[in-house]
Amino acid sequence: MADKQSEGGPPRGGLTRRALFKGAGAAAAAGAVFRSLEGAAEEAGPRSQGPGKVPVTLKVNGAERKVPVEPRETLLEVLRLPLELTGPKPVCDRGTCGACTIWVDGEPAYACSVLAVEAAGHEITTVEGLGNPDALHVVQEAFVAHDALQCGFCTPGFVMSCAHAVKTHGKDLTDAQVRDACAGNLCRCGTYPHVIKAALAAAKKGG
Amino acid sequence: MPREVTYKVGLIGHEQHAKDVEGTTQDITVQIHELDAEPWGVDTKLEHVGTEVPRVDGALKATGAAKYSYDMQPPGLTFAGLVYSPHAHAQVTAVDASAAKAMKGVLAVKTMEGQRATYPGKIVAAVCAESEAILDDALASIRVTYDVRPVAAVTEDAMKEGAPQVTGRKNVRSINRRQPPDASKAFTEAEVAVQADYRTAVQTHSCLEPHGCMVMFEADGSVTVYASTQATAGFASRRFLQALGVPRSQVRVITQHMGGGFGSKFGAMEWDALCAEFARETRRPVRMMLSRRMEHLVGGNRPDSIQAMELAGTRDGRFLALRGRTHGTYGNAAGGGAGAANTAVYRIPVTEMHQNAVATFSARGAAFRAPRHPQGFYALESIIDRYAGEIGMDALAVRLKNDPHPIRQVQWRIGAERIGWKENRRAKAGSDKGVIKRGVGCAASRWGQAGRHMGFGGAVKVNCLVERDGSVAIESCVQDLGTGTRTLMAIIAAEELGLTPTQVDVRIGDTRYPPGPGSGGSTTAPTIGPVTRNAALRAREAIGALLAAEWGVADHEVGFARGTFSAPGGKSTTWAKACSLVGPEGLRVQGERRRNWSSPFRETAGCQFAQVAVDTETGVITVEKVVAVHDAGRIVDTMTARSQVNGGVIQGISYALYEEKHLDRAGGDMVNPTFDTYRIMGIQDCPAIDVVLTSVASGYNNPGMMGLGEPATVPTAGAVANAVYNAIGVQVTELPMTPARVLAALERRQG
Ligand code: FES
Ligand code: FES
Repeated sequence: MADKQSEGGPPRGGLTRRALFKGAGAAAAAGAVFRSLEGAAEEAGPRSQGPGKVPVTLKVNGAERKVPVEPRETLLEVLRLPLELTGPKPVCDRGTCGACTIWVDGEPAYACSVLAVEAAGHEITTVEGLGNPDALHVVQEAFVAHDALQCGFCTPGFVMSCAHAVKTHGKDLTDAQVRDACAGNLCRCGTYPHVIKAALAAAKKGG
Repeated sequence: MPREVTYKVGLIGHEQHAKDVEGTTQDITVQIHELDAEPWGVDTKLEHVGTEVPRVDGALKATGAAKYSYDMQPPGLTFAGLVYSPHAHAQVTAVDASAAKAMKGVLAVKTMEGQRATYPGKIVAAVCAESEAILDDALASIRVTYDVRPVAAVTEDAMKEGAPQVTGRKNVRSINRRQPPDASKAFTEAEVAVQADYRTAVQTHSCLEPHGCMVMFEADGSVTVYASTQATAGFASRRFLQALGVPRSQVRVITQHMGGGFGSKFGAMEWDALCAEFARETRRPVRMMLSRRMEHLVGGNRPDSIQAMELAGTRDGRFLALRGRTHGTYGNAAGGGAGAANTAVYRIPVTEMHQNAVATFSARGAAFRAPRHPQGFYALESIIDRYAGEIGMDALAVRLKNDPHPIRQVQWRIGAERIGWKENRRAKAGSDKGVIKRGVGCAASRWGQAGRHMGFGGAVKVNCLVERDGSVAIESCVQDLGTGTRTLMAIIAAEELGLTPTQVDVRIGDTRYPPGPGSGGSTTAPTIGPVTRNAALRAREAIGALLAAEWGVADHEVGFARGTFSAPGGKSTTWAKACSLVGPEGLRVQGERRRNWSSPFRETAGCQFAQVAVDTETGVITVEKVVAVHDAGRIVDTMTARSQVNGGVIQGISYALYEEKHLDRAGGDMVNPTFDTYRIMGIQDCPAIDVVLTSVASGYNNPGMMGLGEPATVPTAGAVANAVYNAIGVQVTELPMTPARVLAALERRQG
């Protein structure tokens, strides 16, 4: 998901996550960017890791996964490869579109804006961790039943945002709360009306 | 032997609104090829077709199990990326990639010195590396020296005398195919004439999955390509095959799922060819996906437009003549896609349009959902409202008077009722008291795609496979862009075989399967639907013949209804049981797409109504409600069709209110190539969308299907603009209608 195109020389204009993180003290950068990780960043205190790969143990979808990562690698990159969880999608690489949305300790987060090294010790949940085609999570089931997906590239992100809203508000979930929950997710195909329907239906069913 | 069939085509249902409209149904007679199925008419009763069917690949997409090209990462995957020109016009004098070449983990480097860049985003170097991190380091280390030249970045600048030339030809070029008729007499004689200039901005496709592919050589020397494309069979261009160095027959292109195309993803592009070269040189799998910035720069765009429009008519609301002069840019390609489509809906005796393409120092445009139409319909529908205002006639009444399409006549009535036209349309535009002013407006849509019998790589065919246990599979190389192609194939096969859609295994998106259509111009559904039916029918006949032999009756004596075969003498058996007669290797038959018939329902019709609230202090427009009424021939799956229409409306509002590719006028680079600076509509901006599907047995092919993707976005901007006009009493003559433009328009009104 890196900006795999470049104009040569240092990045200009479109700053990318990786460019921002590269060389920065990992803890400081992530702590500033990402609220749910603030606590961890402070505990860790100033330190530096790398260059080169460092071993990290990530708790993903309930399993411990030991992986060597470069300190500048984002959680999104590490989840997709080597962990092969390609549900979270790389789209904007700068915390705008929500296609990479995951949960960190049960709270929604943009995986493109979290460093993998910083995620160690936290519970990470991806769309694959919610359910699978044979055992759908109630929100995933509602997405299918209400056709809250078209090309589907944004869908894992919307599912994670909606599942969090359903978990938080339960049966009382409102239209406005779904919109708030998905305010950081973009869809180009135009699934919004069906996403709202699906989330509300899932909440009624008792997500 | 072709047979002749007479049957009823036209509108299905909606009797209440159709009762005083002439010609909504008709009996027609068609000659049907022996390989083609009986047409489904207005009165045909169907079990699954026309119902709400959840898409068959929904669970894969909702769980992240669906694999896109960007998700393909076989063992040993390597990563390719690009260095590109930030300058719109420059000579690439030197490319120093020595540092990159020396880096550990860099597998291959290509440089393109000596080239002339005529757009920002022109590729000047490419790298293939072991990891994305190494790739980033390598790309950042490459130093490029440019000799920067002057540019004409925006359309108006490129139109000026003495502007730097983009190609060897003049920047401005007429794209009229023939000399248009002269409307001056009509204008001199007309009782009323109105005039206005309308502008629209360049819109980028902004597909969430970027362009790109993953290329992999197999052990036997053949090649597998996972491409994000709208045409599996059309992807391997000559340049791409050259880069691979293998013949087309050895190249398999797969697109199981793809994250948006909207017209911008067909044949392999230069970056795909570079990816192929890397794969050939390294013999490793290589993936190349564009960055978001590149996606905005070179991933395609909708041309902008400057449209000087004039409309003449009578005092009582009859159109007499339309005249217009349009300019638009297709980027450095100076192509014909820069025109604005703004005729062909209403009865207008004389239409004089002068259309011009303007070359600019930008990457070339690409077909974008209903090419030329949203911009053209915005101007046309706006000038109509201006005319209606001028003669003091209701804008809807003017449309009803001039619209010859019987289906749209019904749709206008449905839409007007659902938006509450009578109550909500301001008789005097801009008459609301207070800061927030509301209004409603409407606009027409048209499209005309009934599908084709030829696809990429030959006549369109579909396989139907039946196993002894009665399971059924359908195969075609056609791809599903998220429009629901897989699902509608399952529905149609199920209908023909008396099964449920989930019982049909649809295998598509792979050039291993029979030739199918590329997905553009809303042709996919009406191309693939009829042939899927034919394939399923062949399978049913083949099983019927096996049964006939078993039962000792003639083939034609075996009947089939609702999943049960029967024959005289009380013989009867289910589909699944009958299939046990199939040999162990299963049964495989092929259906062919026959040519379209002709039909009186020449075009698909549609219309949309919008209700807006305009904050006259801030200039912010809120779209509160849209009613979208569309025909797409026979609707096969109302659920995915509604999604398609929602998408068209949402893209249309986004186009009307937010989207604009901003260029640095001096240098030509795009200054907002990210999703936080190039705004597309989010869920918070999304209005209530009321979709009404008016299914029509179109008469063109055996199910009576037409396309839906494009027409759903044609009228939206026009309807929203007219609603704004109704709300504030002045037209905002430029898209997107940003707060600044709204305030400027209000100021003009005051002044
Ligand atoms: S890719 Fe992370 S927010 Fe867009
Ligand atoms: S479904 Fe395509 S981007 Fe949302």
